[in-house]
Amino acid sequence: MSDKVIVTTTVNGEEREATVEPRTLLVQMIRESLHLTGTHIGCDTTSCGTCTVLLDGRPVKSCTILAVQANGRDVLTVEGLEGADGLSPVQEGFQEEHGLHCGYCTPGMMMTVTALLEENPHPSEDEIRKAISGNLCRCTGYVNIIKAVHYAARKREGAAA
Amino acid sequence: MLPSTFDYVAPTSLDEAVQALAAGAGDAKIMAGGQSLLPMMKLRLASPATIIDLNGIAGLDTLEESDGMLRIGALVRHADLERSELIAERYPIIHDAAQRVADPLIRNRGTFCGSLAHGDPAGDWATVALTLGAELHAVGPNGAVVHSALDFQTSMFETQLGMDQILVEARIPVPKAGQGSAYLKIERKVGDYAAAAVGVMIVLDGATITEASIGLTNVGPLTIHAAAAAASLVGKSIDAAAAIEEAGRLAMEASQPSSDLRGAEEYKKDLVRVLTKRAVRKAGARAQGKEA
Repeated sequence: MSDKVIVTTTVNGEEREATVEPRTLLVQMIRESLHLTGTHIGCDTTSCGTCTVLLDGRPVKSCTILAVQANGRDVLTVEGLEGADGLSPVQEGFQEEHGLHCGYCTPGMMMTVTALLEENPHPSEDEIRKAISGNLCRCTGYVNIIKAVHYAARKREGAAA
Repeated sequence: MLPSTFDYVAPTSLDEAVQALAAGAGDAKIMAGGQSLLPMMKLRLASPATIIDLNGIAGLDTLEESDGMLRIGALVRHADLERSELIAERYPIIHDAAQRVADPLIRNRGTFCGSLAHGDPAGDWATVALTLGAELHAVGPNGAVVHSALDFQTSMFETQLGMDQILVEARIPVPKAGQGSAYLKIERKVGDYAAAAVGVMIVLDGATITEASIGLTNVGPLTIHAAAAAASLVGKSIDAAAAIEEAGRLAMEASQPSSDLRGAEEYKKDLVRVLTKRAVRKAGARAQGKEA
């Protein structure tokens, strides 16, 4: 029963293989098999969003998806944000605007925001607040996170110009 | 937290899925979005021996109108409904609810049909499906079966869906001329279940209400069909304050909330009364093209 399965995913642009039990959660495979520990486990009950990764470009809670369900799909984790020329606009925004305090929620927050800016390059404050409403931060009160997103939007626009 | 061990089956056709479900002999579960099932498995509230994942089956993500019905396939995610222009233009009650189900991350994964099959009286979609009179098309070893959203839930987390049946598609009648609808939900925070929520659909001829339907979320052991409240509106003017007041009172009478962390019984009953009135007015304004 429940024989191990081989899961092949493209993680941060690189094909990765892991042998897992069917009950293994995507976040566990990412952290324990692929040793990408930037993705955090917070509540482990589908509430906090700190385990957010992009699955085929859409932000999802990796504690609430089976690793095997990512087979053949594209996964982006926080380790994949940095480009050849350094931090991504979102990462830079969180650094410049100090969009964090303890930093625990930050990887998930940055993944959600990265997807938001892909879809909506110039979000209003209201749109940002709605987009990150599934990602809990218990330190900042969100004010600097929102500044970080605005920073990233400006930075992206500058880069595109 | 890990779920208990299970066998994982990823069929690529509905026939295979039906066979796998039959082979599971009552201890297999269908997974679409998994946003309710997986948390329950992690908490060991559910420990199915077999998981049958629908995500590899092509053609279950239909979201379109055909033959007078809106078809919502088993793999249509909440976010698909939230982003759909067709839904935004023609099904305001679905558009309302799609923005309030769980949180944006869960909405990228969870499905409309999965929510119905889960049978949770706190589920927003069960109320929407009931209010719009959805047909729920399932398939089992003996072929196709159609259930009605009106009496789909039989008790908490129990539905008419047989243990050997898979809910494949919800079909909702396309809006009639003069139809308006709305879904209003009060929640303590994003991602929480409703303290109370109300779905309303009405059809107007001029200012006269010719048809009405009202559903209530999370204020009883089942999703509630407030039939008397809806019937009281028929023949009345959408501008008749007393008629709307009475519908609110009758909806409140139909609700059976219990006191919990989301509020006292009395508070929730009053929420139902007030939300019903607001939703009727909003549906009316939409039917008359006065509001998006």
